[in-house]
Amino acid sequence: MPESQPPAEQLAPARLAMQFEDLEKQTHAAHFGMWIFLASEVLLFAGLFALYASYRAVFGHEFSAGVAHNNAVIGTSNTAILLTSSLLVALSVYAVRLDRPTMAGRLLLGAIALGLAFLVLKGVEYTQHFHEGIFPGSAYRFEELPQAGAKMFFTLYFLTTGLHAIHVTAGLVVLGWLTWGCFRRRYGAGNDTHIELGGLYWHLVDVIWIFLWPMLYLMH
Amino acid sequence: MMAHEVEGTAPVHGAHEVDYLRAGAGVRSWLLTTDHKRIGLMFYVLVVLMLLLGGAFALVLRTELLTPGPTVISAAIYNRMFTLHGVVMVWLFMIPSIPNIFGNFVLPIMIGAKDLAFPRLNLASLYVYAIGAVVTLAATIAGGADTGWTFYPPYSTTTPAGVLPVVIGIFILGVSSIMTAVNFIATTHTMRARGISWGRVPLFVWAIYSTSIIMLLATPVLGLTILLVGLDHVYHFGVFDPTLGGDPVLFQHLFWFYSHPAVYIMVLPALGVISEVVCTFAQRQPASYWAIALSSFGIALIGFAGWGHHMFVAGMSELDAGIFGAFSMFIAIFSAIKVFTWVATLHRGAIQFNTPMLYFFWFLFLFVFGGMTGVAVATQSLDVHWHDTYFVVAHFHFIMVGGTLTAFLAAAHYWFPKMFGRAYSEPMGLLTSFGVFLGFILTFLPQFLAGNAGMPRRYYSYPAQYQWLNVLSTGGAYLLAGALVLALLNLLIALRWGPRASANPWRSRSYEWMTPPIPPEHNFPVTPVIDRGPYDYHLTEEEAHARVSTAR
Ligand code: HEM
Ligand SMILES: [Cu+2]
Repeated sequence: MPESQPPAEQLAPARLAMQFEDLEKQTHAAHFGMWIFLASEVLLFAGLFALYASYRAVFGHEFSAGVAHNNAVIGTSNTAILLTSSLLVALSVYAVRLDRPTMAGRLLLGAIALGLAFLVLKGVEYTQHFHEGIFPGSAYRFEELPQAGAKMFFTLYFLTTGLHAIHVTAGLVVLGWLTWGCFRRRYGAGNDTHIELGGLYWHLVDVIWIFLWPMLYLMH
Repeated sequence: MMAHEVEGTAPVHGAHEVDYLRAGAGVRSWLLTTDHKRIGLMFYVLVVLMLLLGGAFALVLRTELLTPGPTVISAAIYNRMFTLHGVVMVWLFMIPSIPNIFGNFVLPIMIGAKDLAFPRLNLASLYVYAIGAVVTLAATIAGGADTGWTFYPPYSTTTPAGVLPVVIGIFILGVSSIMTAVNFIATTHTMRARGISWGRVPLFVWAIYSTSIIMLLATPVLGLTILLVGLDHVYHFGVFDPTLGGDPVLFQHLFWFYSHPAVYIMVLPALGVISEVVCTFAQRQPASYWAIALSSFGIALIGFAGWGHHMFVAGMSELDAGIFGAFSMFIAIFSAIKVFTWVATLHRGAIQFNTPMLYFFWFLFLFVFGGMTGVAVATQSLDVHWHDTYFVVAHFHFIMVGGTLTAFLAAAHYWFPKMFGRAYSEPMGLLTSFGVFLGFILTFLPQFLAGNAGMPRRYYSYPAQYQWLNVLSTGGAYLLAGALVLALLNLLIALRWGPRASANPWRSRSYEWMTPPIPPEHNFPVTPVIDRGPYDYHLTEEEAHARVSTAR
């Protein structure tokens, strides 16, 4: 991030909504709301994690076999991709704070590209699975790992990664909207709340993946 | 503070403002409003419609049960009907009832705020609720889920009736709940006016706040779980299907992990209403503010540790059964703390007997009686006898429905003058209140007896020996329905023809009564500074007023 001198005047001052007394309270409320929403999101995944833990306790061996069968290279690359995109998002928040929305917009574009790459890789992986006959539930046809446990593992694999992919997609829409705003110079120093909140959401998507990664690719 | 542009200029202090009902006319000004009071009113309309609908289904069920054999509907329709009844009452009436109507309306005023923190999110939650309601109802009527509101697999994953669309509808309703919960929590945390420290927040706000925490944390788990049931049903994912390696009991764990706390989603707001009503009509400080405020919190937390008491017969170790039983009783202790505090508040208070107060007495009876039967069924040895009988049906109707409904009606009467600026007919209010109570008791007391005598729940036909109890229960249901309709009519008539009410007819000290008879659009011209508690009945009304300044 290159140095930047503080600008003479704000590009786009934050607007104070009627119900707040001052901007400080407004920003605080927005952050607070986002954090508790994220808590709710975590619990959405927690249900699936609980299912994974329970079934892994029942079918330990078959789950390991399923994990071993997954392509750790793709899984790990995807982890690296998401982490990098999170870094870019964090940098974009920094750029907005320095009143450089165009720069922030470019960083966000980078993050979006990486998010798309994640989805593409995920698609490649799904296609491989489908070719092998690995489908969720009763459609499962993979002869090498025919046990009930492997079937359950892959069902949970599709459910968790599917739900996660929905979140990635939602996150991309948010990032896209923020990027647009940046290029329109709608954000700037003192008016970075939206970028920050969108960034928080993207980090959550990332953090959830950090848990899915060992569960689905490493722990065998 | 730095000077910033303020959207829309606030009128000068003291200027006469139009009230929120007249602040804009036309359908658009309602459908696109972000005013928490108007959104509360729109929820009011929808939720009361749902209550009537759920009530109509209940009457069909009770009519069917008049005779041991077939009476008016077929067994298949009966199964759909009790599912519809349960789904409508739980997700469309009870969960949104008090929070989304009265919470929306008074919570911001009670903390001296001009609106909720996120007014547009609030409006969105209304529309999401409406969409969820349409989807759920359409799906249940068209596809006709016949699983009961609990969606237990393996039945729910194998029934020929459609399950996925119904659970999608409920999932959408859950999204609305979460939106509301985020809004309430953030508002309570960040928007309290100066002077309203945590120790001065009205008890109703504490209750809504605790409820919102449960909503926020439990709803996603439920939403996901029943969605999985729907997917199992259509796509045979087999997450809960034993033939595909799944475990149906795991469903019960996840379901009750939400749904036990969810019963507190339904009852905590009721406890909040009751606390307000008791303090106002006794004209006294609560015997212990913190006991009431923190016990809500205690219930909210311990509520997450009691779910196993629904599963004593699903197979669990003796140790687990003991632990779950003990945790359940802790919840009862927290509830008892509230009951004792209310009663102590009344002790030597100057009690006024208005309709809301009368509802408090009914509430107290139903809550205590229902709660004690809860403790009884939380004992494994007894529950084995009562599980899945009418005893459990009576238990949860007493505490959850009785508790919520009486408190809902108390709130509807208590805040009526503030919401609409008019007074309802007190004699009629008292009369219908008696009717509601009698109808309720007559409906559900016989169900305790029937259940104890062994009548299972959700059965279409039954041995003739249970008939007299069922006839009593059905009679009670009609009485209850009649009284409810009359109570509604009483309020509707007052809406148009009731005499004008003053700003604070109950002489309450709680902050929402500081506003004009019908509050103006943004509640306060400027955010007030408040230098007293919400239950400072030792101050005279003038003194209490003087300690609230609307100047910056
Ligand atoms: C005083 C604390 C309470 C205890 C110890 C308690 C205990 C229980 C137990 C053990 C059951 C399961 C009975 C069975 O299935 O055999 C049960 C069922 C139920 N309780 Fe409670 N309860 C309490 C309070 C409440 C409250 C406050 C509500 C609602 C506001 C409530 C609503 C329900 C519902 C809905 C069911 C039945 C669900 C079903 O099977 O369809 N309970 N309760
Ligand atoms: Cu329970």
